[in-house]
Amino acid sequence: MAGVARAGGDGGGSSNELQWCFSQVKGAIDEDVAEADIISTVEFNYSGDLLATGDKGGRVVIFQREQESKTRPLSRGEYNVYSTFQSHEPEFDYLKSLEIEEKINKIRWLPQQNAAHFLLSTNDKTIKLWKISERDKRAEGYNLKDEDGRLRDPVRIKELRVPTLKPMDLMVEASPRRIFANAHTYHINSISVNSDYATYLSADDLRINLWHLEITNRSFNIVDIKPANMEELTEVITAAEFHPQQCNVFVYSSSKGTIRLCDMRSSALCDRHSKFFEEPEDPSSRSFFSEIISSISDVKFSHNGRYMMTRDYLSVKVWDLNMENRPVETYQVHEYLRSKLCSLYENDCIFDKFECCWNGLDSTIMTGSYNNFFRMFDRNTRRDTTLEASRESSKSRAILKPRKVCTGGKRKKDEISVDSLDFNKKILHTAWHPTENFIAVAATNNLYLFQDKIN
Amino acid sequence: MGEEEGVHQTQLLDTMFVRGLKRKCFDGEEDVEGTLAGIKAIPSYNLQRQSLLDMSLVKLQLCHMLVEPNLCRSVLIANTVRQIQEEMTQDGTWQMISTQSTGQTSLDRLVSTDILCRSSREQAEGKHVPGYGTLSKDFEGDEGQDSSETMSTASSVQAPRNLQGNVWEMENPQENKGNFQKSLDQIFETLENKSPNSVEDLFSEVDNSYYDLDTMLTGMMSNTKMGHCDGLETFSSPTNTASNSNCKSDLNELDHIVEILVES
Repeated sequence: MAGVARAGGDGGGSSNELQWCFSQVKGAIDEDVAEADIISTVEFNYSGDLLATGDKGGRVVIFQREQESKTRPLSRGEYNVYSTFQSHEPEFDYLKSLEIEEKINKIRWLPQQNAAHFLLSTNDKTIKLWKISERDKRAEGYNLKDEDGRLRDPVRIKELRVPTLKPMDLMVEASPRRIFANAHTYHINSISVNSDYATYLSADDLRINLWHLEITNRSFNIVDIKPANMEELTEVITAAEFHPQQCNVFVYSSSKGTIRLCDMRSSALCDRHSKFFEEPEDPSSRSFFSEIISSISDVKFSHNGRYMMTRDYLSVKVWDLNMENRPVETYQVHEYLRSKLCSLYENDCIFDKFECCWNGLDSTIMTGSYNNFFRMFDRNTRRDTTLEASRESSKSRAILKPRKVCTGGKRKKDEISVDSLDFNKKILHTAWHPTENFIAVAATNNLYLFQDKIN
Repeated sequence: MGEEEGVHQTQLLDTMFVRGLKRKCFDGEEDVEGTLAGIKAIPSYNLQRQSLLDMSLVKLQLCHMLVEPNLCRSVLIANTVRQIQEEMTQDGTWQMISTQSTGQTSLDRLVSTDILCRSSREQAEGKHVPGYGTLSKDFEGDEGQDSSETMSTASSVQAPRNLQGNVWEMENPQENKGNFQKSLDQIFETLENKSPNSVEDLFSEVDNSYYDLDTMLTGMMSNTKMGHCDGLETFSSPTNTASNSNCKSDLNELDHIVEILVES
């Protein structure tokens, strides 16, 4: 799989197959998983030095990459906790008698413009802009107060001095700078920062709003698919994202497996799309579950802005933005589940929302599955890999062994049969470092970090 | 999978649905079983489809119990129900079930009120049966002529028509969350729109005194059981009854009574 150029690689005869090895795991080891600790979103920042996670308890944990040490020059920097804060609290909507969950649905970083870091975090109803800043100096030698903070009697001050800055232990502070509230009737599923770095969109089941980062008391509604009569509702918005370069373009996906690309220059209300992406259905495989499994759970533009990727229940599809009638590539994530759809409907697993991500070069895509398996697809070689995030293979630098699911007939050694899969161990959230072969995989309450093997 | 006798029904459904089998008429039943030869004791396609419909309707009802239902999930389930409904209409099986239910009108009325009362008792016991109260409210609100028909069982075909209106309107403050007090409010509101006859019909099986606030408060103060509607003891909170415009007692009198209760 393509990635960072490797010293000594000849790209010709020898295998370019990338091997992944374990780097770190974050989170409790207990079998008993506290609901609040379940990770609900994972996101690298633009440089990859910071990795943020959000959980069901409304907390955000940010990991920072340590600088590479001189004693171990070949080892990549470790990620250690940089900041932890409570982003959202549970709320109660008295008008509807409903609880508003504090679960963090999405985190999106803003590009760094000064010493501080900014990110947007959202739950079902409210988006918050957080500033994370470091403090490693403090002022000493105040005139009006003692070192321990007690006020000095002004009468007794005989001479003035200038306070000096002295170093202190590093303190990382997170403070909410903006709160964008009361703009969504339905549950927010996506936020996306625009390439102008001044605006962002937030999408719920039926509407998409455009915000300016500086203005919290106003947002523009740019998409509204709510029918006049709610009884006619048959389709909802499932994800939305801004184009990485064109600040007037965004896409949103639906529960019917369609993607609409909208241009904000054409009209203020983007109810009419510029492009409509839908793959015609294969009539021979139609079943009562066809629509449910076609529902798109995630949509992501490629870094170069030429493609977008969608994730539905059984597959990942890559679309060329210039071709609306079908995807250019389709990858089966776990086709062996097609014969189990009724069971998966009964236990609600069929409604699980898997995410997907691109690597920095847009040559490989990754998405999660069940049994703590996650899958990678190399778009150039068309080779795919299944790996597992498990404590058993969590020895330092241990190479991950590819896994295989046995779909029928004789089960080979090391294969796992479909009926043995643990559907409670689902990998919904994964993230790929923007420039390196380094990935973060969220397995329930644990965060696994893997890196490519260095020869 | 599916080779053993007595396999779980959903496993059999899996086998069936993997092919997306669709049948145009009843006669195809042998064909279906022929194709799936080798699997013993497989229920008919109709039975499996009905099972899927039942499962879907139960899932939609469960939505009412959740804190805030996932709209995407609800929409997808409702669309599945509609698909089944359309296919059953084409099959002709839909009409069959429709005609059956109209003959059970009086039974439905009985059941509906029984459910109302049962939900209050289960309320007292800590259980929730919220869906029925809400759904019957929607029926009565939306369908003038059909007001007497309510969804007595999960497989009633009348349910899907009004499910959407029910499921989506979570912003409607009247949606109940399994609270008997609220479903009772809804019933009263519905009754406001009804002709006197249907009101009497609806409650013909139940002693009207249960809904008489005075009676309830009297019963509460004297600590007597109210028959099979024990849960009504919890009904007489000031805010709830104040919002109930059909309540017979005078508000001032109510305040006075509650004041006495609170002080004692």
